[in-house]
Parts: sequence; C-alpha cells; structure tokens
Amino acid sequence: MSETIILAAVWFAQIALALAMCLCAWRMIAGPRAQDRILALDALYLCAMLQLLAFGIRTGSTVYFEAALIIGMLGFVATVSLAKFLMRGEVIE
Amino acid sequence: MRALLPYPLLALMLAIMWLLLAGVSPGQVVIAAGVATGASHALSALGEASPAIRRWLAIPELAGVVFYDIVVSNLEVAGILLGVRRMRSAGFVTVPLTTRSPSALAILSIIVTSTPGTAWIDYDAARNEVLVHVFDLDDEAHWRHLITERYERRLMEIFQ
Amino acid sequence: MSVHLADVPLWAAILAAFFLALGAGLTLLGTIGLVRLPTFYQRIHAPTLGTSWGAGGMVMASMIVFTAGSGRLVLHEVLIGLFVTVTTPVTLMMLGRSALYRDRSESNPHVPPFGRADATAEAPDGE
Repeated sequence: MSETIILAAVWFAQIALALAMCLCAWRMIAGPRAQDRILALDALYLCAMLQLLAFGIRTGSTVYFEAALIIGMLGFVATVSLAKFLMRGEVIE
Repeated sequence: MRALLPYPLLALMLAIMWLLLAGVSPGQVVIAAGVATGASHALSALGEASPAIRRWLAIPELAGVVFYDIVVSNLEVAGILLGVRRMRSAGFVTVPLTTRSPSALAILSIIVTSTPGTAWIDYDAARNEVLVHVFDLDDEAHWRHLITERYERRLMEIFQ
Repeated sequence: MSVHLADVPLWAAILAAFFLALGAGLTLLGTIGLVRLPTFYQRIHAPTLGTSWGAGGMVMASMIVFTAGSGRLVLHEVLIGLFVTVTTPVTLMMLGRSALYRDRSESNPHVPPFGRADATAEAPDGE
C-alpha cells in the first residue's frame, strides 16, 4: 500500500519536474537577453537536482544523493562564473 | 581557545557535514574533528576576523521569523503566479541601512534574496543603501520597514 | 545502502507523498513564472519558489522515506537543502547586479540610474 502511494507521488513529481525542465529550456532558448538564459540555466540545474532526488526515492538507493549534490555544486559554480562573465566580459581577472 | 580553533562555528559545521556524509562512528568522529580543525586553521591564513556573536538567543528567533516569512511569501507569490491574486506593479525600493558589519550584511542579503518576492540587487557601500527589487510592490514604506525593523534590528542584536 | 519502499509505514508514505507533491508542484510553478513573467527583474523572483520550498519539500520527502524505510535516522539530505538555500541567493544577487549594470550602461528605462537610486516603479508589461 505505502509502496503504491510513494510510487504514485514520485511519478507525479517526476512529471512535474520534467515539465519544469522543459519550461526552463524554453526560456533558455527564447532569451531574450543573456541574463534570462543564465537564470533559466540555474533553474534547470535545480530541477535536474530535484529530479535525481526523486529517482533516489523511487529506487530506494542513496547513490543518487551524491549525484544530486555534485549537480548542485556544478550549477552554483557555472552560474556564478557566467554572471561574472556578464558583468565584466571576462571570467579570470 | 581562539588559538586552537580560530572559527569555532565553522569548525562545528564542517564536522557535522563530514559526519552526515560519512556516517557516524567513533573513527569518523576523530577524522571529522581533525578535518574541521585543519580546515579552519587553513582558512585563518586568509586573515578574516571571526565575527563575535553577542546574543546567541536572537539566532533561533531570527530563524523562526525568516522561516515564517518564507512560508508566507511562498504562498503569496504562488497565488500571484496561479492568478488567484491580482499582480500589482513590481519595482525597485532603496532601503537605507544602519549596520555596517559585513557578517550582518551578508546574512541580510541571503535572507532578502531567499524570500520569494524580494531580491537584493545592489549594495552601495558609500551611502550604506541597498537596492531591493520587490515582486508585489504596494507600499514602499512597508518593505523598508520590513527589512530594517524585522531583519536588520535582530541581526544587529546578534552581531554588535 | 538501499531501502525497500514496501517497508515504509503508511503514515510516513502519506507524509512523503504530500511533501513530494508540494516540492515538485512549487518548482513547476516557479518555472511557469519564469516563462510567463514579462521582465527580467520579475523573473528573478520565480526560481526562489523552487529553491525555498520546492527543494525543501523534496528533501523532506527523501528524508522521511529513507528514515522510515531503514529504521534509523537519515539526515544527509539536509546538506542539499542547506547548500541550495545558501548558494541560490549568491547566484541571484550576482545575476541581478550584472543585469542592472548592463541595463544602466545601456541606459535602459525602468531601472534606477547610476548614483542616486530612486525608487522607480517599472511598467508591469514592458519587455
């Protein structure tokens, strides 16, 4: 019984997150300016991280947790360096 | 104490993080203590002074206020996005601040930005003013009051 | 370490399902805002829905399932929640500053100019 409930909720969550990723991708393609694309990329990273957490719940294994942590860290570094690039036009000063 | 552990709070957080990732066992506790001490000594080479916390009791109070505000503004922004509430015009608000403590400013910026509905955009160190973008701007004075009275006053209690 | 979902008690399953739906729903709502809102400075508020209670809900659900399924306290997901709450404001602040800098240097309307940053309400429907 509880397995059915959790699997149904995970199914809903994964579809919602997949939709969210599509919307982020749309905003990333549509722009209109560079800062919009970077903001969308940041949100896309977040959705991918949450998607991995949902995978972890579905399979009942903690392997996905580490992957989610790494995606979160990469997303942070990527967005900060892109925002820095936007401001100054160079990443390394 | 200061010579042994330059940043006690940071060392504690690092040790907790290590134990969460590696699992709690006597051996891991020893490694966590070693890593935390070593890392905080490495950071002290940067020469940044550890902020002195004056009133520990104000920390859970501030955390409670922020948690409540995040829940409320989540509901508000979600309501606007769903079209339940009508969207008023968004806009910028300049908020004059009193504190100049870097730690208080850093935490204030994190609070303001992580609350949906307000975003910390720019800080002017010369005027000690911050430019905040508000999603649902009805009354500018209300938002200035919120940031200075609700968050900044409590942060000043903690740090000064 | 792995957990069988059938071992999770019913009350924990219902609680986890609630948090899963809440977290994923709020994240989706945030990205809907990202698509629908007309100006960049409004859009910058949208992802914070996902990073505050969206991520929080998913992390809570994961903690509940693993704690109830394995019978001992599993808290390492807290790290993801903490990490997201601390890093998102930093990225959003940097993005906001660089966007403001670009808008000011192109002297776009609807943003406060250099120097005295007066409060200027921006038009809700200008792209």
